[in-house]
Amino acid sequence: MNAMLPQTWIAVGRVTDIPRRGARVVKAPGGDIAVFRTGNDEVYALRDRCPHGNGPLSNGIVHDRRVTCPLHGMVFDLTDGTSVGPDACQARTIPVRVVAGVIELARPLEGE
Amino acid sequence: MTKERLVVVGNGMAGIRTVEELLLRAPGRYDITVFGAEPHPNYNRIMLSPVLAGEKSFEQIILNDRAWYEANGITLHTGDRIESIDRAAKTVTSVGGKTVAYDKLLLAIGSDPVVLPIPGKDLPGVIGFRDLSDVEAMVGAAKTGTHAVVIGGGLLGLEAANGLARNGMEVTVLHLMGTIMERQLDEAAGWLLQAELEGRGIKIITKAQTEAILGDGRVQTVKLADGRELDADLVVMAVGIRPNTALGKLAGLEVNRGIVVDDRMVTSDPDILAVGECVEHRGQTYGLVAPLWDMAKVCADHLADVADSAYTGTVSATRLKVTGVELFSAGTFGDAGTEDIVFRDGARGVYKRIVLRDNRIVGTVLYGDTKDGPWYFQLLKDAEDVAPLRDTLIFGQGAGAQAQDPFAAVAALPDTAEICGCNGVNKGTVVAAIREKGCCSVEDVRTHTKASASCGGCTGLVEKLLACTLGDGYQAQTGPKPMCKCTHLTHDDVRRLIVIDKLKSIPAVMQALEWTTPEGCASCRPALNYYLMCAWPGEYKDDNQSRFINERVHANIQKDGTYSVVPRMWGGLTNASELRAIADVVEKFQIPTVKVTGGQRIDLLGVRKEDLPAVWSDLNKAGMVSGHAYAKGLRTVKTCVGSEWCRFGTQASMSMGVKLEKMTWGTWTPHKFKMAVSGCPRNCAEATIKDFGVVAVDSGFELHVGGNGGLHVRATDLLMKVETEEEVLEVCGAFLQLYREEARYLERTAPWIERVGIDYVRARMEDVEVREALHQRFLLSQKFEQIDPWAERASGAVDNHEFAPLASLVPLAAE
Repeated sequence: MNAMLPQTWIAVGRVTDIPRRGARVVKAPGGDIAVFRTGNDEVYALRDRCPHGNGPLSNGIVHDRRVTCPLHGMVFDLTDGTSVGPDACQARTIPVRVVAGVIELARPLEGE
Repeated sequence: MTKERLVVVGNGMAGIRTVEELLLRAPGRYDITVFGAEPHPNYNRIMLSPVLAGEKSFEQIILNDRAWYEANGITLHTGDRIESIDRAAKTVTSVGGKTVAYDKLLLAIGSDPVVLPIPGKDLPGVIGFRDLSDVEAMVGAAKTGTHAVVIGGGLLGLEAANGLARNGMEVTVLHLMGTIMERQLDEAAGWLLQAELEGRGIKIITKAQTEAILGDGRVQTVKLADGRELDADLVVMAVGIRPNTALGKLAGLEVNRGIVVDDRMVTSDPDILAVGECVEHRGQTYGLVAPLWDMAKVCADHLADVADSAYTGTVSATRLKVTGVELFSAGTFGDAGTEDIVFRDGARGVYKRIVLRDNRIVGTVLYGDTKDGPWYFQLLKDAEDVAPLRDTLIFGQGAGAQAQDPFAAVAALPDTAEICGCNGVNKGTVVAAIREKGCCSVEDVRTHTKASASCGGCTGLVEKLLACTLGDGYQAQTGPKPMCKCTHLTHDDVRRLIVIDKLKSIPAVMQALEWTTPEGCASCRPALNYYLMCAWPGEYKDDNQSRFINERVHANIQKDGTYSVVPRMWGGLTNASELRAIADVVEKFQIPTVKVTGGQRIDLLGVRKEDLPAVWSDLNKAGMVSGHAYAKGLRTVKTCVGSEWCRFGTQASMSMGVKLEKMTWGTWTPHKFKMAVSGCPRNCAEATIKDFGVVAVDSGFELHVGGNGGLHVRATDLLMKVETEEEVLEVCGAFLQLYREEARYLERTAPWIERVGIDYVRARMEDVEVREALHQRFLLSQKFEQIDPWAERASGAVDNHEFAPLASLVPLAAE
């Protein structure tokens, strides 16, 4: 992960492009990024790979600030990527912000 | 010195509980012999209702098996009634001719059902509801008869009515008074209960005076005083009980309504004691279970000579053992000089009433929400001054100054507070078992104390006691309990409330049923989405974000994140143009694997998510639609070639398979649902391991249900035989609808049928009206569900966002 502070931000779409309690994928050089929108219109981003079994987290069910992985049901906290419950593991978070309804990811991204 | 001899007459709950208490106090002091008139070991009589309802087996309600008697050196004679006592010689003699001597004699011979003195009361088919043989008679009657009449709308009568209805009978309850259970309920709660039971198809007639039971050699009709006549294949008399005093009278003991005992449970003969429903104490007789526990303790103290305790009577609380009905009643109401605090929430079907006299609780009735019942009951028994709590009393224990800590309520209960009413276990006993015996699960506590071993209503309380006694050391058990961690309600409760309270969206359910999480979880959201869709066809709007990924994108996710696509092939049939289209799609999208499935379909594996709409579009053009291979819904109808081609075939299985699939495709069910049609008993389509299987025979069709392959292979149960194709289609639709309406989400037909019993399902299917109604409801829901999801999405009009990335930064990085 980059130790440095993000230098720039890049717009990837509008908040309304993602369904509430849903996610969409941003294709990126270091691998897909899952961008989540909660029921309260908060936006979070994680690498689209569950660290436990490589499940695409963007395909999971979003509830509150959590997502349940579609492959084996592991639950991750969207805010910090930690898993809930036993066998803790960590999904990688991606810095993200919303400016005037537009979602922006921090650059440089991994692999750039 | 030889041991003293104790003979116990009566192998029921009161007698054996006294023996247990005695063994705790003075193990080995007595040489104990027990006589029981029934041929069974000691069982929990109050749990006969769940046995009748099919929720428990007899084995599950046995309190002490024969090994227990052996281990404690007790001689047990079952199926042998004591018919006389010789007080001078100090012996008892049984019907079977055994004469046994005693030093102390304990009578625990219970009560008999009251039989109304009306014409026809002795006709075959008229029974009471008192012991296991009555339950067996009722279950037997339900298999052959249709109409049951229960006389008496009290606790026992209503439990019998519910059980008979669960066995598929049409039940009418006749009650003399204007309100059912009027001794425990007031009018408002009685009305709520009556509405609930009527909603379950039980007919209730109040102010009904039974005049006669008519029948030629067997009960056929019940006649009321107002002239009405009701069909009856079975009549259950549940109008009350009467202490069994015959043996006491014969022996010359003092007897009034019951066998008279003093405060030490001693009869008019100092060597003869009595406990339970056969006794009269201070002019009072008892018919509930809680007094037994108190009497047993006092009696054991006296037999063991360890304490000079006295029985002073018991205040009882009542719960109705009807699954899905929450009802709690204690004390009195309707007396002069009392005040009421009442809470109603009509939408949720909650009614609470507390009756106060001089700021002390003298009675309470709770309907719909009974969790504070034990607390009110404790305040009642302690005659505590509730003036300081009065403002918030009706909202329950957590509502006042106490924090919202869910454990505060149980932590605050005194050690004497009753936890398990069925087995008379108080908080102190449970906590001691946790602390001293190392119990760390509900199962452990159940084994050591019997708390929650019977009706299970106190399981939540036991769990809380475990949690607050063990702290972080306690891990809640998974069990047949709440739907998920977001609610304390079970699947069945939630479904029932969705319908009753007319809840029509997920947020409405979560609000009304007090979900503990803001948006539920990945477990309850899909279940609620399904329950709502099933309850409100055409009205509820499917929530895609509450569906598992496979159902959201209408394809099966594979371990590498790609998807598999299975087009529908009706009845397993295809043709050249479909195969050509499939071949073209495979080449065009470079689909790596093509596989024939067990359900006679072609599976295209390794399709990229973003290619799905284009793949579907091409398949649609060749006339193919989604095969729903990803759905908790109708999957496939597998067929053999049948009489169309086969030398042995007796019926046209392929065309019937196509018809079944055309009728049922697109339906959503609690779990996946597979069908098959075999054209002869050789059963090449393997119909006997499907959820619904048809096997053609010369005379028609055998319909099989509840089978599956997989981890635990289960062969089907034969549901019924029918003659025509129309009947096959109707039973299929009706069975699917019954499964849709009554199984829990993610419960396949096999475990569902094992839970409710094939007899229940068969009874529903054999009732022509019920079957027709179910089938019509199925067809109605199909109007809204038979829409090809592939075509909708291939057009780009639906859920486009699912298949295209939000953005691609890859080219940018390549710059």
